[in-house]
Amino acid sequence: MAGRTFAEKVLGRASGNPKAKAGEIVEASPDLVMSHENTFLVNKSFSEIGLSRPWNPDRITIVLDHRTPANTVQTAEVHSRIRKLVNDYGIKRFYDAGEGICHQLLVEERLVRPGQLVLGTDSHTTTAGAVGAFATGVGATEMAGVWATGSLWLRIPETHRVELSGHLQKGTYPKDVALRIAAVIGPSGADYKCIEFNGSLIQDMPIAGRMVLCNMSVEMGAKAAIVVPDAVTKEWFRGFDPPVKAVVRSDPGAEFERRMEVDVSKLAPMVAGPDKVEISRSVDKFEGVGIDQAFIGTCTNGRLEDLIAAAEVLKGRKVSSSCRLIVAPASRRILVDAIDMGVAQTIVSAGGTLLPPGCGPCLGSHEGVLGPGEVCISSSNRNFRGRMGSEEAVIYLASPATVAASAIEGKIADPRRFLK
Amino acid sequence: MSGKPRIWLFGDDVNTDLIIPGRYLDSYDPAHLASHAMEGSSKDFAARVKEGDIIVAGKNFGCGSSREQAVIALKHSGVQAIIARSFARIFYRNAINLGLRVIVSGTADSVFKDGDSAVLEVEANTLASLDGSKMVALEKIPEHVGAILDQGGLVPFIKSKLRNA
Repeated sequence: MAGRTFAEKVLGRASGNPKAKAGEIVEASPDLVMSHENTFLVNKSFSEIGLSRPWNPDRITIVLDHRTPANTVQTAEVHSRIRKLVNDYGIKRFYDAGEGICHQLLVEERLVRPGQLVLGTDSHTTTAGAVGAFATGVGATEMAGVWATGSLWLRIPETHRVELSGHLQKGTYPKDVALRIAAVIGPSGADYKCIEFNGSLIQDMPIAGRMVLCNMSVEMGAKAAIVVPDAVTKEWFRGFDPPVKAVVRSDPGAEFERRMEVDVSKLAPMVAGPDKVEISRSVDKFEGVGIDQAFIGTCTNGRLEDLIAAAEVLKGRKVSSSCRLIVAPASRRILVDAIDMGVAQTIVSAGGTLLPPGCGPCLGSHEGVLGPGEVCISSSNRNFRGRMGSEEAVIYLASPATVAASAIEGKIADPRRFLK
Repeated sequence: MSGKPRIWLFGDDVNTDLIIPGRYLDSYDPAHLASHAMEGSSKDFAARVKEGDIIVAGKNFGCGSSREQAVIALKHSGVQAIIARSFARIFYRNAINLGLRVIVSGTADSVFKDGDSAVLEVEANTLASLDGSKMVALEKIPEHVGAILDQGGLVPFIKSKLRNA
């Protein structure tokens, strides 16, 4: 028998069809489901179905992160109603405004474990593939169906294997790798597929970097993405019960629909934009483009490693008077660590504005909305027109170090010039 | 349905921020969402779209966010179906789950022009111009998806499943 892929194994196990193959449609039961402010919509559809309680409140995690603290009276009302239903249904895993971004918390709190099937009402749910879970995004009504029945239909995806080799040079980070891959695969090149990242680069990459790769995979259309779990994955769960004894991986000889190799040895810092993630090129092609706002944060790049990288660039320097730097840590724990380490001090002293943990301005609802004609460079994942505010604003994507360097110059800049 | 269904033609990679930007997501009111539908792609869509109109598009329609409000905005604006070369997966599922017909066609966006009048024949699974000069056979909706669509969406589908269980 031919080897089986990770996706076939996880979805086969979750649907009670251990022999299920790519292309088959199965009825699968998730191990963990997550929703954020759109829990309001989930519950609206769930109430229409007419059941009094979700199938298994212990498998539900709810996080308020998209518009926190509440930006409008309407949001405040949505937050209140979610707090009430959390209480009514007996949902224990609830993270209120200020705790952090849902994708960060699922990994940081070790809620997601290797080999699990995870569903979230957010496209960036793929992020949890960093710890070897099959994690995918769904809509609110879909989630209501899962709350009602404990399962949903899923087509088992084919797998695209990406082999990453080489070592990252000074000033380049997993984000630069992700933007490079986005240019190769394109915005729909991995539609409905599961991406597996493997190769020598991965062996040295901490969970934070792995989260960046899995997070950005949805910008290529992927249904799920994982970094092939290994010793780093097991180490991540050390001290957290129950111990991770085995991880799920594709068998040798498993069938991959596509294989790609990317050598990062000569990769330069990358910038993507405007409007499309796949328009990504080395920073020198963009240098000198004036910016009004620089943003570091989000489920893509708001982790401690990112704030440290930004602080290395900002240390002893000042943000240009021609732009603003805003920084939103991805969780409370990251913020506390950044304070303890002096990283927060460096960022704020340099002229950065610190926002509370949460999604911040990434989706354009509050805390740094862009006006007409403004240009932003952001460590987030989407540069779609109108996303961060005005449709006449322009967004470029880059690593936190490149964003920090750009903030100092007031125009897109190469971070390597600021690093020792 | 009032008047002749109009084709609204869009290109590739129409993302959810173009369909309904995040700044309107504070509201869950379908009428409010519909009043901003496609705002990022077409300035006059929301004002001029009529009940029964059809969106025809290129590849990867609905890419980006999982926001169900993208489907709510289009459905409530009167769109009866979206016909595209391909759909982003979450948008596709959201549309089916809310009872909005989404159909794949590799040619509709090259055959029809923006502003054309056309009829979607659900049984025959074709899109044809009113004068009969253009006709495109659409890809069959997969059976498990069609079952949800036939019930009007996932909520009625599950209600009927639970009743019959």
